[in-house]
Amino acid sequence: MNRRLALPALIVLAAALPFVLSNFRLFQFTLVFVNAIALLGLNVLTGYNGQISLGHAAFYALGAYTSAIMIDKWSVPYALTIPVAGLLCLVAGFLFGIPALRLEGLYLALATFALSLAVPQILKYFEHWTGGSQGIVLSKPDAPFGLPLTPDQWLYFMTLGILLLLFWLAANLLAGRTGRAIVAIRDHPTAAQAMGIDTALYKSLTFGVSAAYTGVAGALSALVIAFVAPDAFDVFLSITFLVGIVVGGLASISGAIFGALFIQFVPIWAQDISKAAPWAIYGGVLILFMYVMPLGIAGTLRLAWARYRISPKWGPRHGPQTPQRSAAPRQSRGAPR
Amino acid sequence: MDIFFQQVVSGLATGGIYGSLALALVMIYQATDVVNYAQGNMAMFSTYIAWSMLDAGWPYWLAFFATLAIAFVGGVAIERIVIRPVENAPILSIVIVSIGLLVILSSVAGWIYTYTQKPFPSPFPNRPVKLGNVIVGAHDIGAITVTLIVLLLLYLFFRYTTLGLAMRAAAQNPVSSRLVGIRVGWMLALGWGLAALVGAVAGIMVAPVVFLDPNMMGGILIYAFASATLGGFTSPGGAVVGGLIVGVTENLVGTYVRFIGTELKLTVALAIILIVLMVKPSGLFGRGTVHRV
Amino acid sequence: MPALLEVQRLEAQYRWTKVLHGVDFAVEEGGITTILGANGAGKTTTLRAVCGMIKTAGEVRFAGRRIDGRATEDIVRLGIAHVPEGRGTFVNLTVEENLRLGAYGRRERGALAADFGRVYEYFPVLRERRGQLAGTLSGGEQQMLAVARALMLRPRLLLLDEPSLGLAPLVVREIFRIVRTINRDDGVSVLLVEQNAAIALALADHAYLLETGRVVISGAAAELGRDESIRRSYLGY
Repeated sequence: MNRRLALPALIVLAAALPFVLSNFRLFQFTLVFVNAIALLGLNVLTGYNGQISLGHAAFYALGAYTSAIMIDKWSVPYALTIPVAGLLCLVAGFLFGIPALRLEGLYLALATFALSLAVPQILKYFEHWTGGSQGIVLSKPDAPFGLPLTPDQWLYFMTLGILLLLFWLAANLLAGRTGRAIVAIRDHPTAAQAMGIDTALYKSLTFGVSAAYTGVAGALSALVIAFVAPDAFDVFLSITFLVGIVVGGLASISGAIFGALFIQFVPIWAQDISKAAPWAIYGGVLILFMYVMPLGIAGTLRLAWARYRISPKWGPRHGPQTPQRSAAPRQSRGAPR
Repeated sequence: MDIFFQQVVSGLATGGIYGSLALALVMIYQATDVVNYAQGNMAMFSTYIAWSMLDAGWPYWLAFFATLAIAFVGGVAIERIVIRPVENAPILSIVIVSIGLLVILSSVAGWIYTYTQKPFPSPFPNRPVKLGNVIVGAHDIGAITVTLIVLLLLYLFFRYTTLGLAMRAAAQNPVSSRLVGIRVGWMLALGWGLAALVGAVAGIMVAPVVFLDPNMMGGILIYAFASATLGGFTSPGGAVVGGLIVGVTENLVGTYVRFIGTELKLTVALAIILIVLMVKPSGLFGRGTVHRV
Repeated sequence: MPALLEVQRLEAQYRWTKVLHGVDFAVEEGGITTILGANGAGKTTTLRAVCGMIKTAGEVRFAGRRIDGRATEDIVRLGIAHVPEGRGTFVNLTVEENLRLGAYGRRERGALAADFGRVYEYFPVLRERRGQLAGTLSGGEQQMLAVARALMLRPRLLLLDEPSLGLAPLVVREIFRIVRTINRDDGVSVLLVEQNAAIALALADHAYLLETGRVVISGAAAELGRDESIRRSYLGY
């Protein structure tokens, strides 16, 4: 009951922020939402389905550049570019997922790693479309229907709205049969197949959906930042996404938000602490985080909650007592069962 | 034809370095199922330590061996102090720790030594060497020799000593190893120490060629991944052979294929990785994984 | 005289499931004790608990000193050799390397050759196959290798976990004969966990019967073997 109130309360809080925060902070929080969508995409693939990807920067870039090119070259209304980017990435992800079926664990990580490395170079190569190293500059859209919002505020609300929609979709997908199938494939692939789950189809589809989410995030990032350039979409971005889902918590929807907050703000705090070696601080924080919360923030919270519930001392009392083991018969000699 | 042999020898030299780093990666992967993304930066940091010694006037080979000793101890210490607290955590969590380590090493090196490139001396004379009709660089020959000696010593250690045997056992089957009294935790630490030592050799041998800076090992690490992928992540020998093949291929492609400029040089590594993974993921010498039901 | 191995109120659990609920037993110096029970009774867990491989509560004493809570490798170095369920051989190492590792935890490091000689005498097939990878041996040969490896430790106490599992009766008989020999000639105490009650009771001095994590019957092996009602209800023959 307490948890049911938490979500609406958070949404109300989030809706109030644009009127309280400075433009820059608002921009940062908008990026947190964008990152959260990307992280949820990756989490569906890696956390729930067990397919490790170090290549999601590629889908992020695909989404971002799809949006940027459509707006810049063909003057497509920006709102339309988002679903198009998502759809394109869905197909791309699905197609990539097919050869990826043969690879597991380390090998999939390597293949996606190689993909990430290639992205900036490919983007620079197709200069005519992508604007090469200079990238593409966009302008921030104004709020529609004459709403009294600044562009930053409008982007914030739009991103928040899309985030809520996508999170709701994911929650429903993962709670039902599809979600169970996806997790079953991660934990017991052979058993899943034996039970009639078409693992190949599900794995490819999961790749597609994961890419679609990350692609939408990429498209949003292009609008929010109003600029795309190849070097932003490198392997380090993919690694950052991975850090985000592990720190936030694998196989968790709320973990995407925690992770997004982490990857957005911790590097900045690290810089505040040490101008000279900020990444050393960041690395240190990462390591400490893994010591204290190896299951990520969401995972640790989940564990703590579960322990609280079954704790005889602290937990809530529910109905019948937990069954006690009855005392065993001592030295029973020759008593037939 | 002379150019061909030159490039092959040069390729073997860089290949030896790729292979060494790949060997370090495979050693740790075999024992722990974790890829140590910080391996390259550990090698870089060791090389900076060597540089400090040389800068202070130490004779080359003294600095060389002292650095190897420090790298070994450092590797052991990192495993016992940094990795041990998470050794039972999910694999991805350990990967994040190695990423944290990577970032710390790079940042601290930049802070202490700045990001300006520094020249690094080679112990081998600068003049070319004549092998039959072919002229090759002395440093290339020297690097190949040093690398091969280190690898040979490592091989002998693992094959013929009791400690080496215990380390192999601990990597293959930690549970049974405990049942014969092997302190598996310390075997792991020794593995990290040796991997760090091998990485230091690679760093010291490659620094004269690519110059010393905190991001020196980035590209080399990627080539090491390609080498380990080609040779097989489950085969230490394969990693070395993979490195040699990758080194030679990189040089030959760079020489004979026109449109591969330095920008797309990385493409060779990527292409190798993707091709191997498509055709035979376990690599040339690796064993395919058996799926337990 | 206190027993070589004394276990009191031993509890053990895996994750959230408790498997042993307070088990008491002992192995006399120079004796052979067997723990019997059906699948899931907790027999393997008991041996794992003695070796410190799982989380335990209660007391385990070896030669008077407490070993509960200590690391497996340290317990082994005190002279307890464990032949686990599934044999636990190093399948990618040769027979000889497996045996050499058996002696790793020993106090006295020298005189390996004598130990090899002795072990090859008990198990001549291992000498034949000493250069082969352990994984290429048959089930029976691997079991012999596992026992031989344990002997290389020169243990005071030998723990055997279901050595008869999956082996042909002739092979089983041979292994048990060798166990009896080393107990008699070298004074090695034995704690034997078995499902096959008949052969276990024929070998052992003392027996305990485990049922869902508790000792329900204990006594001299010969008596338990004779008691028809016990045999029929608990031992299945």
